[in-house]
Amino acid sequence: MNRNLYDVLGLCVAVCFILALKGLSSPKSARRGNLIGAFGATFATVLVFFAPHESTISHHHTLLILIAIIFGVAVGVPAARRIQMTQMPQLVALFNGVGGGAAALVSIVEYLKLGSSASTADVVATVFTVIVGCVSFAGSVITFLKLQEIMTTRPVIFPGGRFVIAATLAGVLLTAGWVIHSMGNTPLLVMAILSLLFGMLFVLPVGGADVPIVISLLNAFTGLTVAASGYVLQATLLIVAGTLVGASGTILTRLMATAMGRSLFGTLFGAFTAKPQAASAAGEVRPVKSGSPEDVAILLNYAQRVVIVPGFGLAVAQAQHTVREMADLLSAKGIDVAYGIHPVAGRMPGHMNVLLAEANVPYEQLVEMDEVNPTFPQTDVVLVVGANDVVNPAARTTPGCPIFGMPILDVSQAGNVIFMKRSMRPGFAGIENELLYDPKTTLLFGDAKDSLTKVVSALKGL
Amino acid sequence: MSNAMALLSIFVLSIFIGFEVVSKVSTTLHTPLMSGANAIHGIILIGAITVADRADNNLQLVLGIVAVVLATVNMVGGFVVTDRMLEMFKAKPKRTESATQESGGSK
Repeated sequence: MNRNLYDVLGLCVAVCFILALKGLSSPKSARRGNLIGAFGATFATVLVFFAPHESTISHHHTLLILIAIIFGVAVGVPAARRIQMTQMPQLVALFNGVGGGAAALVSIVEYLKLGSSASTADVVATVFTVIVGCVSFAGSVITFLKLQEIMTTRPVIFPGGRFVIAATLAGVLLTAGWVIHSMGNTPLLVMAILSLLFGMLFVLPVGGADVPIVISLLNAFTGLTVAASGYVLQATLLIVAGTLVGASGTILTRLMATAMGRSLFGTLFGAFTAKPQAASAAGEVRPVKSGSPEDVAILLNYAQRVVIVPGFGLAVAQAQHTVREMADLLSAKGIDVAYGIHPVAGRMPGHMNVLLAEANVPYEQLVEMDEVNPTFPQTDVVLVVGANDVVNPAARTTPGCPIFGMPILDVSQAGNVIFMKRSMRPGFAGIENELLYDPKTTLLFGDAKDSLTKVVSALKGL
Repeated sequence: MSNAMALLSIFVLSIFIGFEVVSKVSTTLHTPLMSGANAIHGIILIGAITVADRADNNLQLVLGIVAVVLATVNMVGGFVVTDRMLEMFKAKPKRTESATQESGGSK
């Protein structure tokens, strides 16, 4: 294929990606935007088989490559199709990790081909890609393991952790210098291994509600890796696409960190600086008020205004349809119903919106934190369904606890608070919630869907 | 303008486009946006195909082919999972009956 034609078509693909991100920024055009992106990516993949060659090497591995692509599709599509809504965050983390791994491998192969004739700029870009790609891969795998609850979701802290991480980073940078200086294969291998180690170490201390921020950050990392490998391969499209993802990922990470009320630095290194929590509360058993579904139904039935605060528990129980049924029932009785959506409720920003949209909850009923908070004093009943950290007053009152400083939904201002929980176990961040012991709090233990179904039938009977 | 300079210009301009395009996104779409951006960097697939195709020896070929598989999973899976999330944002007329049958949550 003619070089100019190839480049023009590549430019069209780059425009597709810009339109895709643009489309994804608004609910109306989001799906179309994603399809435009998918079209662009497919087109680019077909196009690359017709790429003009500087040298006369022919496509002698085409068949093998096609088989590899088919295999990749056979793995990726069913995984994406079968995954449940609740497990989506870990899948996104995993996809991000394999992308970073692919970018690192591409650069390693390119490095092996470069030989000693390479320019310093090429080697530096290669080294950058390998480091960041490995960090992204290892970090994403750890994030996946945490979210899948294969390993603990709490921050993993070990003595001198900060120094170990700093030493690993220093090791990575030193070997990077070694690679650039000597151009050897052994230094590259050492550097890749150290980078993988660093990727693991830097995600381990991140726990609880901060994990989504890390996914977003690693996503931006992978974008930059792709951009750098585009430089090595002289592929403009990779540079544009990778940079777009790097830039938008950085913004998104910052938006998410702001929603949590903390700096990015605090997210990544907070666990080492925070004082370990006093464990005294764990031992003693304090009285809580628990109620029956009928009690809850009565509270709701005589309220003027009800705010539902959904959390990850709602997603786990797949209770979004039941909660909407209950809300419809209350609305029919003339009760003012709204959903208070914390920006990081669930395990990803916007998780709750997606979930409730699935159950056809009217968009107007979803109220964001800043708007719903001032209305709590006029609210009679707040129904917390499977949320914990996002309503935990410790974020305001206990300096040093992992979520301190995070803006919360101030549900304690309301007349009554009902918690639907599976047990007294603390939330994802692992912090005790004082609100559970508040006299105006009623607890309804059990699976969110079961509890809601019972409340719905009790409401119908009233 | 030298080639390296041209690539650098493209890089810098793309940063600004990336910032500009997502600076005003509502929290509702944070998850799909992250997932969509995640799918877009799966375009490293074309890089993987390029290096696998040009491989000189078996080591390079194996690494290249593994990269092709990983990149394909990232790209295809990423777009499919984003589409599944966005399916739920479809325009929803006030249907009360049909909405109760569970569509996305079954399997």
